[in-house]
Amino acid sequence: MKEFVCIVCPRGCRLKIDDELNVTGNSCPRGANYAKEEVTAPKRIITSTVRVNNRENLLVSVKTSIAVPKGMMFEVMKEINKISVSAPTHIGDIALSNVLNTGADIVITKEIK
Amino acid sequence: MKEVSLVIIGGGSAGMAAAIEAKKNGVDDILILEKDNDLGGILNQCIHNGFGLTEFKEELSGPEYLSRFVKQVEELHIPYRLNSLVLNITKDKVVTYSNDKEGVVCLKAKAIIFATGCYERGAGAISLPGSRCSGIITAGVAQKYLNIHGYLAGKRVVILGSGDIGLIMARRLTLEGAKVLCVSEIMPYSNGLNRNIAQCLNDFNIPLYLSRSVSKVIGKNRVEKVILSQVDEKMQFIPGTEMEFECDTLLLSIGLIPYVSLLNNIDCEMSSTKGAKVNDYLETNIDGIFACGNCLHVHDVVDFVTDEGREAGRNAALYIKGLIKNSNDHITVTNGNGIGYVVPQKIENLDHESLTFKFRVRKPVNNVRVVFKSNETEVASFIRPVLIPSEMVMLKLNKEQLSKITSKELTVSLEER
Ligand SMILES: Cc1cc2nc3c(=O)[nH]c(=O)nc-3n(C[C@H](O)[C@H](O)[C@H](O)COP(=O)(O)OP(=O)(O)OC[C@H]3O[C@@H](n4cnc5c(N)ncnc54)[C@H](O)[C@@H]3O)c2cc1C
Ligand code: SF4
Repeated sequence: MKEFVCIVCPRGCRLKIDDELNVTGNSCPRGANYAKEEVTAPKRIITSTVRVNNRENLLVSVKTSIAVPKGMMFEVMKEINKISVSAPTHIGDIALSNVLNTGADIVITKEIK
Repeated sequence: MKEVSLVIIGGGSAGMAAAIEAKKNGVDDILILEKDNDLGGILNQCIHNGFGLTEFKEELSGPEYLSRFVKQVEELHIPYRLNSLVLNITKDKVVTYSNDKEGVVCLKAKAIIFATGCYERGAGAISLPGSRCSGIITAGVAQKYLNIHGYLAGKRVVILGSGDIGLIMARRLTLEGAKVLCVSEIMPYSNGLNRNIAQCLNDFNIPLYLSRSVSKVIGKNRVEKVILSQVDEKMQFIPGTEMEFECDTLLLSIGLIPYVSLLNNIDCEMSSTKGAKVNDYLETNIDGIFACGNCLHVHDVVDFVTDEGREAGRNAALYIKGLIKNSNDHITVTNGNGIGYVVPQKIENLDHESLTFKFRVRKPVNNVRVVFKSNETEVASFIRPVLIPSEMVMLKLNKEQLSKITSKELTVSLEER
């Protein structure tokens, strides 16, 4: 039996999962999926920023399009920190595709004119 | 003097939602005044995920969430002025603002919506003991430096206060290569969402010390060491419990306070939220001046800010059309046992389909009844298994329950079960 907090939404339900992957304590199905994933292959969305070449002192925010393995967070951050883009930027633009073969793209999340 | 139907002060989530809703309710002549160089307010720097689950059923980052409202503001052709700081307002709704293009401008408004957000408590607010060297910075300011401009506040960091901004910054600084040594919370419980403790601290093995606070900051020019000590029930440091941390930065995440200095000049009644007292129309005691969002009471979830903004926009539209009046014959809503504050604090009119009350509990409680009482009789009650101060609670009374309010008092309190 393992116990942890669901991080899928701000409600933060306290989940319990047993060795047969039966989940209790969740208020919605997403919590059950999260619990199963958390004990088998935990993943996290990473949000960060990248430099904007043609603007002074300005960054643009980015995120991974899907959650990446938790153990790879710092490696993914290293890749993100190598990227720079040029303004204008649009939400959904891909700054780097398939980062470290995780299947996740690094996607822009901010409009800069 | 130029006249405008509705002036909205602050172009954050609350202000944009208010403007959009007022426009949809027939107010054509609107102006949003925003002191920053972008619409969106604090969400511009909140690059993490977690916004919009109620509003859009999607998990968005702050900039993504706000951009959806900027788009609507533009599609509806709602005028706004950026870099425009409101300097003063008067009781008869003359708004003075300034910017570098127009200089100082005075406008006469029929209605005003306050949506100015909140500010962070700093070192002075808690009489932080020890040196006032550099390297002591609030979490929100550090967030702005890092996420907008790309400056890391420090390399070895202690965070005081377990509010959500502090927790989010613990993860962010760690991912950017800083070492976050610990988060220290003076209360015996955390003030942040459970989910943020899990994904921002536990994921990175950052310890959270409860009932512990900074007993001394040491450093000549820059922070060199921070001493944390355990506190007793009276919040006094217990000698002999000191823990020493070598660090270059102390991040403060010790609370947010509604930003209402403009309202203080016009005899606006204030509440225990440190924001204005409002009625069921979100109107302050000053005729035609409304408030919503973090400047009314500090919210933890932006979706609810948006909702409150809409409500203010709708009500301001009613006011402009002459459909609501501020009487002096209202029902007073008071926070009873265990309740920190309730919004609204006054009810003008019981003839609503339903009315939502928002409040926070003073400390974590289990298995309680939230009871609404008028004249010693119970109007409504709700059973709740868990309530914690870091989560704003919203409870709705329906028409029938509202009709049971028979006196000029309504009290909301907690009872044990
Ligand atoms: C750092 C931080 C992190 C958060 N994280 C989350 C989260 O993870 N998930 C979530 O759902 N919610 C989160 N929240 C809560 C939520 O995002 C905010 O409560 C919400 O965005 C506040 O909106 P607002 O419009 O009331 O205030 P703000 O966004 O602060 O907007 C107020 C605006 O008014 C302007 N203004 C102020 N005074 C004047 C003046 N005199 N003249 C002109 N303009 C003025 C300001 O410049 C600002 O743009 C967070 C809040 C903060 C502070
Ligand atoms: S179980 Fe569902 S409701 Fe509970 S925190 Fe997870 S996602 Fe949110």
